[in-house]
Amino acid sequence: MRQHDLIVVGGGPAGLAAAVAARENGIEDILIVERDQKLGGILNQCIHNGFGLHTFQEELTGPEYAQRFIDQAEKLHIPYVVDTMVIDISAGKVVTIVNKEMGLQEIEAKAIILCMGCRERPRGALNIPGYRPAGIYTAGTAQRLVNIDGVLPGREIVILGSGDIGLIMARRMMLEGAKVKVVAELMPYSGGLRRNIVQCLDDYGCPLKLSHTVVDVHGKERVEGITLAQVDEKGRAIRGTEEEYTCDTLLLSCGLLPENELSRGMGLEMSSATNGPIVDESLETSIPEFTPAEMCCMYMTSWIMFLRKRSARAHRRPIIFMG
Amino acid sequence: MYDVIIIGAGVCGCAAARELSRYALRICVLDKCTDVCEGTSKANSAIIHAGFDARPGTMMARMNVRGNRMMDEISSQLDFPFLRTGSMVVCRNADEVKGLEELLERGKENGVPDLKILSHDEAAQMEPGLADSVYAALYAPTGGIVCPFQMTIAYAENAVQNGVEFRLATEVLSVHRDETGYRLITNHGELKTRCVVNAAGVYADTIHNMVSSRKMHITPRRGEYFLLDKAAGKLVAHTIFQLPTAMGKGVLITPTVHGNLLVGPTAVDQEDKEGTYTTADGLHYLEEKAKAVVKDLPMKQVITSFAGLRAHEDGGEFIIREVMDARGFVDVAGIESPGLSSAPAIAEYVRDIIVSILNPVKNEKFMETRKGLTSFASLPRDKQKELIEKEPSYGRVICRCETVTEGEILEAIRRPLGATTLDGIKRRTRAGMGRCQAGFCTPKVMEILAREQKVPLSGICKNGQHSKLIVGINKDQLQETNHETA
Repeated sequence: MRQHDLIVVGGGPAGLAAAVAARENGIEDILIVERDQKLGGILNQCIHNGFGLHTFQEELTGPEYAQRFIDQAEKLHIPYVVDTMVIDISAGKVVTIVNKEMGLQEIEAKAIILCMGCRERPRGALNIPGYRPAGIYTAGTAQRLVNIDGVLPGREIVILGSGDIGLIMARRMMLEGAKVKVVAELMPYSGGLRRNIVQCLDDYGCPLKLSHTVVDVHGKERVEGITLAQVDEKGRAIRGTEEEYTCDTLLLSCGLLPENELSRGMGLEMSSATNGPIVDESLETSIPEFTPAEMCCMYMTSWIMFLRKRSARAHRRPIIFMG
Repeated sequence: MYDVIIIGAGVCGCAAARELSRYALRICVLDKCTDVCEGTSKANSAIIHAGFDARPGTMMARMNVRGNRMMDEISSQLDFPFLRTGSMVVCRNADEVKGLEELLERGKENGVPDLKILSHDEAAQMEPGLADSVYAALYAPTGGIVCPFQMTIAYAENAVQNGVEFRLATEVLSVHRDETGYRLITNHGELKTRCVVNAAGVYADTIHNMVSSRKMHITPRRGEYFLLDKAAGKLVAHTIFQLPTAMGKGVLITPTVHGNLLVGPTAVDQEDKEGTYTTADGLHYLEEKAKAVVKDLPMKQVITSFAGLRAHEDGGEFIIREVMDARGFVDVAGIESPGLSSAPAIAEYVRDIIVSILNPVKNEKFMETRKGLTSFASLPRDKQKELIEKEPSYGRVICRCETVTEGEILEAIRRPLGATTLDGIKRRTRAGMGRCQAGFCTPKVMEILAREQKVPLSGICKNGQHSKLIVGINKDQLQETNHETA
């Protein structure tokens, strides 16, 4: 069986930074496995600027920021495979990968770092009632369609959720010629950065409605409109506050869920609150030698620093990070 | 000129088509939707009922018990997932045990085998997830679960293998009798046939009333559901029912054949035959009902909710017969629950009616088996390896949540009656059925569909013809700004 000292699952900035730190600390035999067609992860579709202020002390776009890490890995000649999916990790640290060229391979690893990132919460997980037409997208899916494929998922948009992805997508849709009618936020405050509220909404005159949520979706085949309502302090819709919006698209930016198929498959005890593995105060999971490194986009920079420190130690004892 | 036109490509229409294809008949199935399994058959409890609910002597009772018995054989012939997991009806106090006993007696009369009333402890031993408040349970080991999409598609594909023609996106506008049979006026022109099978679901009354003076009325009875992630799929091992009411069998909790957990349905009568929406109240009601019979329902694991419409005929009975004042016109109407369970039996029954009218000869080339789509995720490692070596597209994973590969998606598109929409792909391959609900795979599946169909991304639909996923290209409606003079 093929063997590597360290396998890094995920070729986004976290995986790349972890691989670089491991190499700098003496781990020679590394393989990065990336499921997309190129390294860089979700940053490749984040074409807006604002990245890199902490790590590189300059303002970069997502692809530029990712490229810095890709360059570091390339410079160190760290091997990687793209278009490759990890479909299983056994408790004995056998990693099963699959792609078109190499087929299915099982690789034994001494240490594994999981940096798979996360998924967006879909409409169903938000319990938004109504019809189920075309035109309901998570903000990230819309971002991919617009920024990578160059196509418009809609022309009249309502956005639910004012996290940074929602705010950034509000601006993007407007720049590409769509009309963003309103951004609604369930909480009485926005989860997004102040600068994003100013630069993405205020500067374009796009309204933000706090303590509001979508209570109905109209349109049998394609979205024709939605109903917004104000919510009370428990997040429940207040009857009588409903407002109708005509739109062809609803974008959802309502939180991220960790990618946990692999961690779950390994038999780790999972938290019903975070959907990630349960850890104690020293970040140990239910299987003692596996340590998680949950990473969500919001905390990307700090986790990358954390990962660098931890992965530097990966050669001393087998550690598995989860993301 | 067809011998038989079947209106409606739901599970009954497709199953009837397959059974009729045992004979040398020219058969055509029509549906107004762009795919098979787009109505009631796609949004239901996915249960194969044991058969103790229906009143003894009714068509419902007969078809249900017979359909249940046929499931092992038909699911293996047609290669779709069916599991005989067993079911329980639970009650919450000593008074309600009478209700269980009535069901037990009814079941015995209907011919349901091995029914048994369990005490709380006996039930809890078999089903540790049951709430402490459960007093007793009626256990039916013959109850089961099925994939309703794959079942319908399997019947349809086998029908196609055996020469049945499908005309989708074809809506029947009117039906006229003539000397040789019937003329159907559709949005795609006129079709002639000797016999008609009306399996039009919630529209079966509309179609029936086109030919008969004895009017029929069907009420769409909306049922909302929510589906939980596979992480919650082991909460129960059996289908857990509550005591039935006048409106139906109440809210059930069941594992699905793919390992998810399904909770539903509500029951709301309405007139809108297209009103498949969910409501906040409905979903809240389901949650309350479900929490009464199981411990710790993990609502955070809900990944989607949906609604389906049962075709409730005023008499509350299946109507499967030749219409009295319309020779050769056979109704398959009022097929509400337990319609899915009954479908194999209904199909045989309809076949026999048509055979008695047309006296056809056997189709000597009839193939009774059909092979389902490859499911990469459920293959053992060595088979997965072999498959990719033979066809590399099985090495490209498109749907991360359900590990669906490009090879499977290509199969779904290229098969007879292949998928033409995102939902069509989803129902055939499970791409997009997982916890991210198609967030990641939507653009990739769209690309594959566009490539295969040789259309731009803007031509790809979610399901119906008006469900376009893409409306234009970036900046296509922005005014050109002249920066030099600005």
